Amino acid sequence: MRFVTVSGPPAVGKTAVIIKTLEHLQREGRKVGVVKFDCLATEDDALYRKQGIAVRKGLAGALCPDHYFVSNVEECVQWGLAEGLDVLVSESAGLCNRCSPHIREVLAVCVIDNLSGTDAPRKIGPMLKAADVVVITKGDIVSQAEREVFAARVRMVNPKAAIMHVNGITGQGSFELGTLWRGTTETATVEGLRLRFSMPAALCSYCLGETRIGADYQMGNVRKMDLELPTGAKTDGGPGAATDREDRT
Amino acid sequence: MSVQFAGMTVEAVLGRWPFVEQFLAERGLAGVLDEPQADLEAVLPEQALIDLGAFVAEMEAFLGAGSQEVRELTIRGGRAKDGSPEPLAELTVRVGEVICIVGPTGSGKSRLLGDIEWVARGDTPTGRHVLINGEVPGDEWRFGSGPRLVAQLSQNMNFVMDLSVREFLTLHAESRQASEPAEKIERIWSWANELAGEPFAMDTPVTSLSGGQSRALMIADTAVLSASPVVLIDEIENAGIDRRQALDILVRQEKIVLMATHDPILALMGDRRVVIAGGAMQKVIEPSAQERANLDELKALDARLMELRRRLRAGERLDVI
Repeated sequence: MRFVTVSGPPAVGKTAVIIKTLEHLQREGRKVGVVKFDCLATEDDALYRKQGIAVRKGLAGALCPDHYFVSNVEECVQWGLAEGLDVLVSESAGLCNRCSPHIREVLAVCVIDNLSGTDAPRKIGPMLKAADVVVITKGDIVSQAEREVFAARVRMVNPKAAIMHVNGITGQGSFELGTLWRGTTETATVEGLRLRFSMPAALCSYCLGETRIGADYQMGNVRKMDLELPTGAKTDGGPGAATDREDRT
Repeated sequence: MSVQFAGMTVEAVLGRWPFVEQFLAERGLAGVLDEPQADLEAVLPEQALIDLGAFVAEMEAFLGAGSQEVRELTIRGGRAKDGSPEPLAELTVRVGEVICIVGPTGSGKSRLLGDIEWVARGDTPTGRHVLINGEVPGDEWRFGSGPRLVAQLSQNMNFVMDLSVREFLTLHAESRQASEPAEKIERIWSWANELAGEPFAMDTPVTSLSGGQSRALMIADTAVLSASPVVLIDEIENAGIDRRQALDILVRQEKIVLMATHDPILALMGDRRVVIAGGAMQKVIEPSAQERANLDELKALDARLMELRRRLRAGERLDVI
């Protein structure tokens, strides 16, 4: 079974791109399926089912969606194999741009749109940086210049990826994307494989349901911003509190 | 593919590849910039050097340095939607030509464009083959970091960036690492103004340009700054832009212009037109002398309609036309 992880910020058109691309593979007689990961609610499973695509959905609810993804991905692969799928796609939104669901040795696709602003590629982080294929959507409504500038910015962040332009409404470019999906290597299990980028550290009092604000309620993995407050101002950061810094790979 | 920096100072590397500055900044290595005379290989960690070498090579490819010149495209026919062989077995188009594509909605115009953009090798639903300069092209047009084969312009496209005309063109020129950017920016702006008729200033925000001004700027910008050798145009609105001159500008910049249109004036402005139906290229029509003569009449008709539109706007009655 070919397994593809698709990620991207919310509302860029991941589901539309996946449906259009899988349509071509279905037409060639392949059995295709999707596992849709989301946070609180999704109706996209109905869209997939309508297209004759086998689908399972997972809602992370109170858990960090990326932790939820990685804890379930092997079971999803086994589901796909049991269903006899030729191609299985996992779809997950990069909700805070901090992480990526991409796994080494599994084709990694990141979907972003031309409307998200020229700084977006730099802000998106590992989801984009660690992708093998970057799909850029909504190119039909912006100028050629903006498409070129945007693609150049993507290139700065990820020089190695294949950049593809796909229109989620007309499907333009989706056939071509499908050739990469059906041509990727077989996956029988993801057991023992590694994520391309580590998940965010968690485990503080807020992870456990705390809702009150203030130093007295903060325990565990807590980090304070360095706001350079004037002396005498009330701060929550104790002597040992780490200051904010950018995460680097 | 990688670039070596043996013996180059930080300053020399930046002079040759200005985009290296952003790379260093993103890696938190901007401190290197404080020592312009230092040997780059001595001041950068080994892994960063390897990554930078690969990055510079990719960027050079992306910017089209050394990319092949496209003189002509050949489309070898495949099959129609019903599986029968494509009636037009071969079509070759050369730089400087304007080819119109005509056919009803759903006839396969988009797929034809898709085949060109993907440089089909019999591996798309139509089974077509696309050759560049008579040869089967390599993968670089599909996945390479260089320019795409096709730039696109359509009536649905708008500027979305919150920038002035000058800022916008500067950003595009920078992303292409264009040589002599100031001259190019001036040229785009003055051409766009000629096309639009209704002048606009360099400090006008691009989002507040009129439809005709936007299209004029997009065309002049694509002609001068886009590295794609083929330009696909999906109609050009009839109002607020000199369409003949727009095509001339693109042709002068050695582009192959493909234009999907149902407008008789535009269609007759093309050098040839390809008729598409049932997912296949049916035939090529070269405008006859009679058709060319009719173009003048169509333009006169068009001018009359425009005049009526002007009178309507001015609050006049149209009792006498």
